[in-house]
Amino acid sequence: MNRQRFLPRERFQSLIDQLKAAGYDVVGPQVRDHAIVFDALTKVEQLPIGITDEQAPGRYRLEKSESRRCFDWATGAQAIKPMTFVARETLWQSERLPGGGISFHDTLTETRPVAIIGVRACDLAALSIHDHHFMRGAHPDPQYSQRRQSLFLIAVHCMRSAATCFCTATGDGPQARSGYDLVLSELDTGFILEAHTGRGLDIVLQMETEAVTAEQTEQADAGILRAARQQHRTLPAGPLQEKLVSAVEHPHWQTLNDRCLSCGNCTAVCPTCFCQTHVDEISLDGQQASHVRQWESCFNPDHSHIHGIVIRSERSHRYRQWLTHKFGTWEEQFGRSGCVGCGRCITWCPVGIDVTGELAVLCKRNEP
Amino acid sequence: MNNPFMPHEAEVIARHEETADLFSIQLRLTDPVIQSQYRFAPGQFNMLYLPGMGEVPVSIVSDPDDIHIIDHTIRKVGSVTNNLGRLQVGDRLGLRGPYGRGWPVVEAEGTDLVIVTGGLGCAPSVSLIDYVLRCQARYGHVHIIQGVKHSNDFIWHARYDLWRQYPNVEVWLTADAGDALWPWHIGPVTQFFDQLDIDPQRTSVMMCGPEGMMKAVVQDMRQRAVPDKRIWFSMERNVQCAVGSCGRCQLGAKFVCKDGPVFNYDELAPYWGHKGA
Repeated sequence: MNRQRFLPRERFQSLIDQLKAAGYDVVGPQVRDHAIVFDALTKVEQLPIGITDEQAPGRYRLEKSESRRCFDWATGAQAIKPMTFVARETLWQSERLPGGGISFHDTLTETRPVAIIGVRACDLAALSIHDHHFMRGAHPDPQYSQRRQSLFLIAVHCMRSAATCFCTATGDGPQARSGYDLVLSELDTGFILEAHTGRGLDIVLQMETEAVTAEQTEQADAGILRAARQQHRTLPAGPLQEKLVSAVEHPHWQTLNDRCLSCGNCTAVCPTCFCQTHVDEISLDGQQASHVRQWESCFNPDHSHIHGIVIRSERSHRYRQWLTHKFGTWEEQFGRSGCVGCGRCITWCPVGIDVTGELAVLCKRNEP
Repeated sequence: MNNPFMPHEAEVIARHEETADLFSIQLRLTDPVIQSQYRFAPGQFNMLYLPGMGEVPVSIVSDPDDIHIIDHTIRKVGSVTNNLGRLQVGDRLGLRGPYGRGWPVVEAEGTDLVIVTGGLGCAPSVSLIDYVLRCQARYGHVHIIQGVKHSNDFIWHARYDLWRQYPNVEVWLTADAGDALWPWHIGPVTQFFDQLDIDPQRTSVMMCGPEGMMKAVVQDMRQRAVPDKRIWFSMERNVQCAVGSCGRCQLGAKFVCKDGPVFNYDELAPYWGHKGA
């Protein structure tokens, strides 16, 4: 059969039902506290139907839209990163034994299979980077690997970009191209479903779907093209590693020192940031301790602390570290930029610092 | 799947107070199978753990060929190192390692060696010197230059006296400030470089210590035309995971914990000497 099938809007609930029947806990986007977040999903009505987001540097607002669409918005502050790289989790525990010894225990527990509906192209690209970081080194991460392997991903092609989106500049969107089981193209009347894996196809085959018409395919393509054309932010011509590393003493870093609050919002919302702190938490009787990993930000002075010295003591050092790593040295580490163009760092920066604008200044003197 | 973050239990076999804030502990992994499989290369480090306190990265001082014990020399600076300093013989702690890329003992074969250390920077280089002197036929002349802030900080007198007795080994000692009985030099480690009779094209420089000192040595050795790829140093950054995951030790594109801690100048040149890099 053709891998593309059409699912009328009134039958969209059958996708959730089918995933549940296949044993998955279903997670999807929904409105909470004036923002779109991902959480457990049982009914289509929980989705952000007729909601759109207005984003700008330092600004995020949800608004009612004219349409009945579920995915007529761009990005929330978080999407799927917290489901694989958890914000706070125990890595292992230690216990003092009566004879003075110490025993160590793994804390890995079984995870349930999870199906996530509504994964965007930028977040799939970020997930692929995290897969590389957490699973393909000499020491694969057991916690990340287990959660990652339990995921069934249902992507959605973006048909609307926020003003802060620039995935066309990084080459990661708005069309979801790989790394998912199923992908949705949302039209006014329903969804084009396209399976990319055998288990994705199994789900589609269980549902009552229709053949896709040429007109529907054209509408989907036009929607993706429209989202691409809505984007106006660009990046300097890459690769950027050499440009940024050689701009290490650029005077522009000082202006960032003056504007940046060092709050770490950009690193918290960035889908590729992976820095961590490992801390030990002891029980009241001192007999047990949990070794906990939590998200860390390179904007925290403690991030670069060594025996009484803070290596990046100035905000300008920390901003330089973040931007140079994300857009520059990341290339050497991962074979690509660490930015997927989601624009979250621009939206959620309380003073509205726009990385694309900063990069334009920092890389300018090196442009031919 | 093996948990790369989880330590093994180790036991304190011996301890020694070096100075008021420096101590050495000798450790052995309590599981005989794990201890027998434990091997390290000069310049690598371990993560030491105390329950409820956390972990610290510490370079390994002992002889890499001694498969029964693991020595660390540690300065008391924070809560973990201060409490490691309180451990007594028989006490238990956590240990995982070894981690990182150590000294280029194979690449440096056939060359003269200039080993420069500052302060407790000598700790990561002790196992290097022990190794080099045991395989002395593979190396040329060995210059050992150790600088300390104050003569009171100088430890391991016996070790340096022993090294001095080897043929083709010269030991140079200096302190920024010394008391009346300090028999060696006063001033920076670079003061000896004019007296070193080295052929830059067949010399390897290895150093460890404060970045300011290493910066001065790198500049001097590059001026003497020692190739960038033969100027090596051991770097320090914040290390939480030691396996390249936590991102805390990044220095430019490098993860100090897995790509280093030993680097040559060529590898770090773009980031070298920039404050906050």
